[in-house]
Amino acid sequence: MGVEGTVGIVVVSHSRPLAEAAVALARQMLPGRELAVEVAAGTDDGGLGTDAVAVSEAITAADSGAGVVVLMDLGSAVLSADTALELLDDDLRARVVLSPAPFVEGLVGAVVVAAGGADRDRVAAEALRGLAPKQAHLGAPG
Amino acid sequence: MSAVGTEQAAAWVQAFAERVAEQRDHLTELDSAIGDADHGTNLDRGMTAALAGLQATPPADAAALLKAVAMTMISKVGGTSGPLYGTFFLRMSTALGDGRPAEVAAAFRAGVDGVVARGKAEPGDKTMVDALLPAAEALTDAVGAGEPLDAALRSAAEAAARGRDAVTASVARKGRASYLGERSAGHVDPGAASAVLLVESAAALAGG
Repeated sequence: MGVEGTVGIVVVSHSRPLAEAAVALARQMLPGRELAVEVAAGTDDGGLGTDAVAVSEAITAADSGAGVVVLMDLGSAVLSADTALELLDDDLRARVVLSPAPFVEGLVGAVVVAAGGADRDRVAAEALRGLAPKQAHLGAPG
Repeated sequence: MSAVGTEQAAAWVQAFAERVAEQRDHLTELDSAIGDADHGTNLDRGMTAALAGLQATPPADAAALLKAVAMTMISKVGGTSGPLYGTFFLRMSTALGDGRPAEVAAAFRAGVDGVVARGKAEPGDKTMVDALLPAAEALTDAVGAGEPLDAALRSAAEAAARGRDAVTASVARKGRASYLGERSAGHVDPGAASAVLLVESAAALAGG
């Protein structure tokens, strides 16, 4: 699945509303362009939490063969994303990058270059420099 | 108890689920002091779902049973303890073999190694690892010295409790508790507390 020729994005969060709002914010950057952005967030009763099985399914759904970059919030989101890799077959696992990028800024950066057809490592690198514009604007802390 | 088969594994999981249900509010209270106040409810939700899953689809053997518990924990707990306990049961399931004492000790060790690899916690970080590692060592030593599994599991449970208590005074270096810094000192770690219940459930089964 996924969108042919583009890297898929997966968003892992404790909160479904938080994830969906972050995706909505990022998708503002993509008018009229297609990109697979899958969400795995919250518990199935609508509470706060993460589910590694849901993450592995989101990765599978987002992958077109070009790979997947996974953005996540904190704590169990990180461990669930890591555990999800164990549930994937070897081929797909090798195409997935878990990004330590900031959740919102990383997601915005990643979707823009992914929709432009960049490869997986380029998308992951762009996510990682997600804080750069804000840091440049506000200067170094202290 | 000379080996761990399906029946023993099922009884262990059942006993752990019961201890978690009974201690749910206590675990959550510990977690509200230094975490996000969900450890007891999360673990109870996971273990309740695990028991329901086992009842709906009875597993073929002990390894399949532990794997089924692992998948439910990974999916249903929601918090950090889901992937951690899930990984513990998953790794244990692949190493259990015929469930003879040496294999049980090795499988338990494999489970604990999985938790360490997943959570990247080190001894003294004030996590479930501080209860689980001493338990694995005590179990391996006792079984290696030729002690019966019952006695070995009792030693493991005692080591787990000592490990939990040994880090109560420490400052947490992992998870939400680490955000609190010095304020985490003097509180029992909720993960270590639930890990003690896990090992005590096995010891109780063995007649401890």
